[in-house]
Amino acid sequence: MADTEISTTTDRAPEAPPTEGERRSFRDTLRSAEIDARLAGMLIALAIIWIVFQIVTPGHTFLTPRNLWNLSVQTSVVAIMATGMVLIIVERHIDLSVGAVMAVVGMVMGAFQHDFLPDVLRFDHPLTWVMTLALGLVLGAVIGAFQGVIIAYVGVPSFIVTLGGFLVWRGLAWRVASGQTIAPMDSHFRLLGGGSDGSIGGTWSWVVGIVACVGIVALQLTKRRQRARYGFRLRPMWAEIALGVAGCGAVLAAIWFLNRYYVPAGIVAQRGLPPGTNVSQGLAIPVLLALGVAVVMTFIGTRRRFGRYVYAIGGNPEAAELAGIKTKSTVVKTFTLMGVLVALAAAVQIARLNAAVGSLGTGIELNVIAAAVIGGTSFTGGIGTIAGAVLGALVMQSLVSGMVLMGIEAPLQDVVVGIVLVLAVALDTIVRRRAAR
Amino acid sequence: MNARNGTPLVELRDMRVAFGGVHAVDGVTVDLYAGEVVGLVGGNGAGKTTLIRTLSGAHSADSGQILIDGEPVTIETPRDAKELGIETIYQTLALADNIDAPANMFLGRELTTRFGNLDTSAMEDATRKIMGRLNPKFEKFVAPVSTLSGGQRQSVAIARAVHFNARVLIMDEPTAALGPAETKQVRDLINQLREEGLGIFLISHDIHDVYDLADRISVMLQGKLVGTVDKDDVTVDEVLAMIIMGKKPGQVTQRDIAELH
Repeated sequence: MADTEISTTTDRAPEAPPTEGERRSFRDTLRSAEIDARLAGMLIALAIIWIVFQIVTPGHTFLTPRNLWNLSVQTSVVAIMATGMVLIIVERHIDLSVGAVMAVVGMVMGAFQHDFLPDVLRFDHPLTWVMTLALGLVLGAVIGAFQGVIIAYVGVPSFIVTLGGFLVWRGLAWRVASGQTIAPMDSHFRLLGGGSDGSIGGTWSWVVGIVACVGIVALQLTKRRQRARYGFRLRPMWAEIALGVAGCGAVLAAIWFLNRYYVPAGIVAQRGLPPGTNVSQGLAIPVLLALGVAVVMTFIGTRRRFGRYVYAIGGNPEAAELAGIKTKSTVVKTFTLMGVLVALAAAVQIARLNAAVGSLGTGIELNVIAAAVIGGTSFTGGIGTIAGAVLGALVMQSLVSGMVLMGIEAPLQDVVVGIVLVLAVALDTIVRRRAAR
Repeated sequence: MNARNGTPLVELRDMRVAFGGVHAVDGVTVDLYAGEVVGLVGGNGAGKTTLIRTLSGAHSADSGQILIDGEPVTIETPRDAKELGIETIYQTLALADNIDAPANMFLGRELTTRFGNLDTSAMEDATRKIMGRLNPKFEKFVAPVSTLSGGQRQSVAIARAVHFNARVLIMDEPTAALGPAETKQVRDLINQLREEGLGIFLISHDIHDVYDLADRISVMLQGKLVGTVDKDDVTVDEVLAMIIMGKKPGQVTQRDIAELH
């Protein structure tokens, strides 16, 4: 019995016998293209989601400038925090406290600009927003560093520390104003939240788009020149040009599409323009913030020592330690950075709501973690990208936005998002396992 | 063949390390001269890796003294050891699997541009150069090291140790994961580095490996040093008797050796 079984398997095994060399090179191609393939896969998934929603929503309202503009604003808060969560999860940690920290920082910023600053400066002073934001960022950094020190130096698992933080910071957030809502926010500060005034208009949006294009081309050129200097193999010219054109094209197309979302007629009249003028809203400030954060975080993650160490710690903590990396201080820095990003997200959120409430950011930690995970961040550590997390946030928000347009009630929305989360990770795991074989 | 006079390059004096109540290293003294290979041998649990980890900064000793060029030094972290020119190739290789070969080679000592950004091209270039010397067939410079074969991973670990102008090299089972051709490469490299004047601690439980390469052999048994002998003064069998029975060369009888076989 056993003998026949063995003989059948050995007969079957060499059916398609790729030589060792062939199999290797195929694997290599798969691997070297992995990150790009993953991102490309996510973009395709996003495109499918958008097209399906466009077809099924009543009145086909999904792919309208108005909806996508709103989508971009709704995504920004989660996206800002997800960029930090990627590094935390890459480092084999977790942060469950981001929603609660958001609340306490938001409440302090609210109270500071509403109750404290008007007495010191004067009401609606132009410096109010800067001072408020600075205070918030510092507070976020301090809270993040505090939790990071307990995790890295005392050695309490991050799950426990941030679970404690989840309760503590939320409780303190309610104490800041004894449970009351603080409103309204300073008029300049409110611009951080977007809206008609908190957008940069059509012309400036084009400027941003052109700057982004110049940036893309400059990056390509620098990289090419550097590789040429060392005599490394260069990407074929046609591929380089195709990539540049595709990148710039996507940026400019997005700007063009979003610029077709116009300021409401009432506000046009308020600004003293003739009725019927189309004034583009342009990119919202929170969207610009999120994009800026994504660029900076990608730079930190891939081009700075700190980022390299985060990935090394995630890949092999012992090896990182033996290589002489200060692993503990790297962990503290990561949590500090997370705190700063949470504070920025809190500022956007209270500006958008035009109010600070103790329930700010309730449950948002789960969205942030889910965005990172849908974006390809692995809980085994060492793997994940900032761009993936931002796309992950966009995928999640797209699902919610589309379902709202379809009139699906909230509990069912949660069901769908939950299923997508597990499906995305399952797919990722299968692809990874295939690639590793 | 090499004159051991003057101050040794490295001296470990009366080192002690205990885990709980177990003395993993119990009053061991060994030394190493420039241009010399000292084999450190012993069975499993003899304490050779633990002893050497105190020198590479991976583990701190409970007591004892480390001297470099006759000067007492403090080695508390791997960074301290590296600053003193002590490089280690760990048995586990200590590579971060998710990043590529140049990133591993320069881990903790990255090359940067004048703005402090990682200079990945310069690091790749340096890695290509050193690999051209150590393992000319190596070509996966941009893939995560998890995709490399055992031998390729080993060459990354070795490249990392020899690139930074080490004076002292610690090799913990450097050929354990290698095939015959790669083993020969490592042996040639060890001989070459000795010629260049490095001091090398070679840990292995393959006595033939050590016997072929080492100038002196220090034998450990149950955390204690049995003795250090000149390779030219002893036979393989005598070293085996030291490893297994803990007997010094003079005490080994023909009967003991017969018993070993």
